[in-house]
Amino acid sequence: MSEGELHFTEEELQRYVDGRLDPERTRDLERYLSDHPAEAERLRVYQRQNETLHALFDPVVAEPLPERLLHTVSRRPRRWGTRAVAASLWLAVGGVAGWMAHGLDQSSRLDAASLPRQAAIAHIVYSAEVLHPVEVTAQQEGHLTRWLSKRLGTDVKAPSLASAGFNLVGGRLLPADRGPAAQLMYENTQGQRLTLYVRQKSPERQNTAFRYEQEGGVSVFYWVDGDMGYALSGAVPRPELLHVATLVYEQLNR
Amino acid sequence: MFESKDSIAEYIPRLRRYARALLRNDTLADDLVQDTLERAVSKFHLWRPGTDLRAWLFTLMHNIFINQLRASGQPPVSLEESGLEPAVASPQERGLEIRDLATALTLLPAEYREVVLLVGLEGLSYEEVARVTGVPLGTVMSRLSRGRERLRNLMAGAPAGPALRRVK
Repeated sequence: MSEGELHFTEEELQRYVDGRLDPERTRDLERYLSDHPAEAERLRVYQRQNETLHALFDPVVAEPLPERLLHTVSRRPRRWGTRAVAASLWLAVGGVAGWMAHGLDQSSRLDAASLPRQAAIAHIVYSAEVLHPVEVTAQQEGHLTRWLSKRLGTDVKAPSLASAGFNLVGGRLLPADRGPAAQLMYENTQGQRLTLYVRQKSPERQNTAFRYEQEGGVSVFYWVDGDMGYALSGAVPRPELLHVATLVYEQLNR
Repeated sequence: MFESKDSIAEYIPRLRRYARALLRNDTLADDLVQDTLERAVSKFHLWRPGTDLRAWLFTLMHNIFINQLRASGQPPVSLEESGLEPAVASPQERGLEIRDLATALTLLPAEYREVVLLVGLEGLSYEEVARVTGVPLGTVMSRLSRGRERLRNLMAGAPAGPALRRVK
């Protein structure tokens, strides 16, 4: 074997440090290093660097995880199909947060207490909720609508949106400017959620046709009918939401 | 058996370890982890099932880290901010050696630090590091070699070359 055969590339030396050099070359290299102490010392130092990195930072792995990090990943949609909705909800939360951070004194296209804005915020908060999306579930639909009707002082109905693929999850009571508001939540088999938000209309408001607002990924169709304001919110395309809003309107005016 | 979105949580401890070594500041490190997790949750549809979820998460973290570096126009933790003095060679005492390596790491250019840590601490293959950092394998190998040599010189008290000149 000639001296010329014992040549190693820098890559091979690094592989040796990391234990990723094949066994035959490793034997050759170790024979070579026994004759080249300076090179051997250099590679030993590199190996010590790896060991020291583990000694320094491995304890981090055993630390209890901060709540905020766990919260980030546990706040996920229930089903696979909802990830697009989840993504837009994340954007929406950021959008609404930024929107609110701008303050109420700044001229905004929408009044802070406006129906679509309140509905969109309530949608973002509760449609992302995994454990407690509603206070009263659809299994107690009769109780739900009686309760909400009593609290809102008007007849609250839960329209059937099954023809659009959305089933009632349940509902909850929310605070609003003029007395309480009701939120009814619907979900399709892909886990997409829509919410119908109902509250007393502003005194100056007259009946309106459908109006549309979009904020931070949440689409809202809203209208005023009689004494009540209605808003249907969802992170779904506008035509689909309009279709459902029409179903809602027709059933409420039947 | 298949990795899913639920598996992301399993990698949090390792993402934290890497971030801590990268940034040397507990709060900044957890901020980086949180940014990474948020992006992972929102971009999960871009992860290809069957590929290594851990490598994908490290890729997201790398991208966020590099963007933050670019945005700040400087290393995330300068020597002054870390409150650490330049390395003093006293390798005989183990405890001191550990502190020295931690200090020396902060003096490495970020792209060297990443490669040294991904290989030496996180145990990624060279090919994985190339994918995570988006550079050719040859670049990974030269960064690894230079990074390790730079660390060796720093801990031996030798001049650190260009890295030291960044400390104003």
